[in-house]
Amino acid sequence: MLTKRIIPCLDVREGRVVKGTQFVNLRDAGDPVEVAALYDREGADELIFLDIAASHERRRIMIDVVARTAEQAFMPLTVGGGIRTLEDIRGLLQAGADKVSLNTAAVQDPDLIRRSAERYGSQCIVLAIDAKRRATSHEPRAARQVPGAGVDSSRLLALDSRLSWEVYIHGGRTPTGKDAVAWAVEGEKLGAGEILLTSMDRDGTKDGYDLELTRAIAEAMRIPVIASGGAGTLEHLYQGLVLGKADAVLAASIFHYREFTIPEAKRFLNERGVPVRL
Amino acid sequence: MIAIIDSGIANLRSVQKGFERVGAEARIVEDPRLLSEAAGIVLPGVGAFADGIAKLTSHGFIEPLLRAIEQGKPVLGICLGLHFLFSESEEFGLHKGLDLLAGRVRRFADDMPEPATPGTRLPGARLKVPHMGWNRVHMVRPAPVLAGLPEEPYFYFVHSYYVEPADPSVTAGVTEYGHRFTSVIWRENLFATQFHPEKSQAAGLTLLRNFASLAR
Repeated sequence: MLTKRIIPCLDVREGRVVKGTQFVNLRDAGDPVEVAALYDREGADELIFLDIAASHERRRIMIDVVARTAEQAFMPLTVGGGIRTLEDIRGLLQAGADKVSLNTAAVQDPDLIRRSAERYGSQCIVLAIDAKRRATSHEPRAARQVPGAGVDSSRLLALDSRLSWEVYIHGGRTPTGKDAVAWAVEGEKLGAGEILLTSMDRDGTKDGYDLELTRAIAEAMRIPVIASGGAGTLEHLYQGLVLGKADAVLAASIFHYREFTIPEAKRFLNERGVPVRL
Repeated sequence: MIAIIDSGIANLRSVQKGFERVGAEARIVEDPRLLSEAAGIVLPGVGAFADGIAKLTSHGFIEPLLRAIEQGKPVLGICLGLHFLFSESEEFGLHKGLDLLAGRVRRFADDMPEPATPGTRLPGARLKVPHMGWNRVHMVRPAPVLAGLPEEPYFYFVHSYYVEPADPSVTAGVTEYGHRFTSVIWRENLFATQFHPEKSQAAGLTLLRNFASLAR
């Protein structure tokens, strides 16, 4: 059976990990290549590098990081951040990335998804969506109110049809007026192979994923959805996969700060009946 | 030397690095003449079937590849490289393959129900297409490339199409996704995997090491 994926994400700026990681046994915990190799050894299912404040001039630095990572880590690697052209995509794939994630540029030019999927295949084009609840909808349900294992999730997380989310670009600074669910569906039609879905309301809060957002998108898609934004506990990973119906969960700080290791997360999920690769 | 066929569509660096990691020399070759010097050949592939066959043809790889297989050189197809070996594919219309193995490449159905697991009952959930992520391989025959692996090892898959061999005896491994499909092919010197060994951490490197040891 296909297993659910656990994906650590590294924010990288000018070739260095942003937000210091707390790995005691690494020579240089700020080196994304070393951190990637550690996650590889721990059995992370994939890895994502997000190039913060990426620009054309700085792209070379990321390409170098990707190339060095690909020499050490034999696992799928996605790179996102500031990718605007087919040439950007080609450079990263040639360096050893398996997938690239498109965000702002895809909103500004949706046809970029189609062109890049046609050229390089849908399997390597990830549509990253930063979504925020519209003011008219109520606050995301607090994680503690969401029941745990063994419960029929469909009834307990009945989606409120009044809920809606807006797509933001430019690292969450610019609202677009686009509906997140509709944009995800359009992205799939254009040829995206996967959705990387980040809740802006939850990102950095450690309150858990926006399960209603995750579920609304996961149920609307034929392609896999990665839940992102808000993971603070292992229970949150479980909720994202089971109640949010995500195919994969992304987390950053809980792994970087060694609150939990990848094997701990997988054991937790396995004990609760979620298929994971141990 | 192991030759990795480069017809200009796939990212081959990971395959090459994987072989280097297990101590084998691998070269990405754009010149089909180099296949005659190789002790083993890797036929990778991502993208679409028809496009891939067209590029193999236009780069002049087909004849030297078929000759190498006839000579008994070990050949490893990866992902789309497995599909190429078969008679035909349904990907975007019906297209002819290399026809080394009889059978057809088909798309996963859009309405495969997700199996229920304890604790994660998802009523009415459908399996996603592409089949993307880590899944097990159940070995049905002890192919030499699978030697030394744990029972039912996990490998990394990403594909929307799978093969249905006309002759089930070419199947060495199967994987469950909606139904059981052939994930490893083995016939004499011909090997192919639906998954990506170069992306499958320790299990994948073991497979590459096994293949490299056959290609000496």
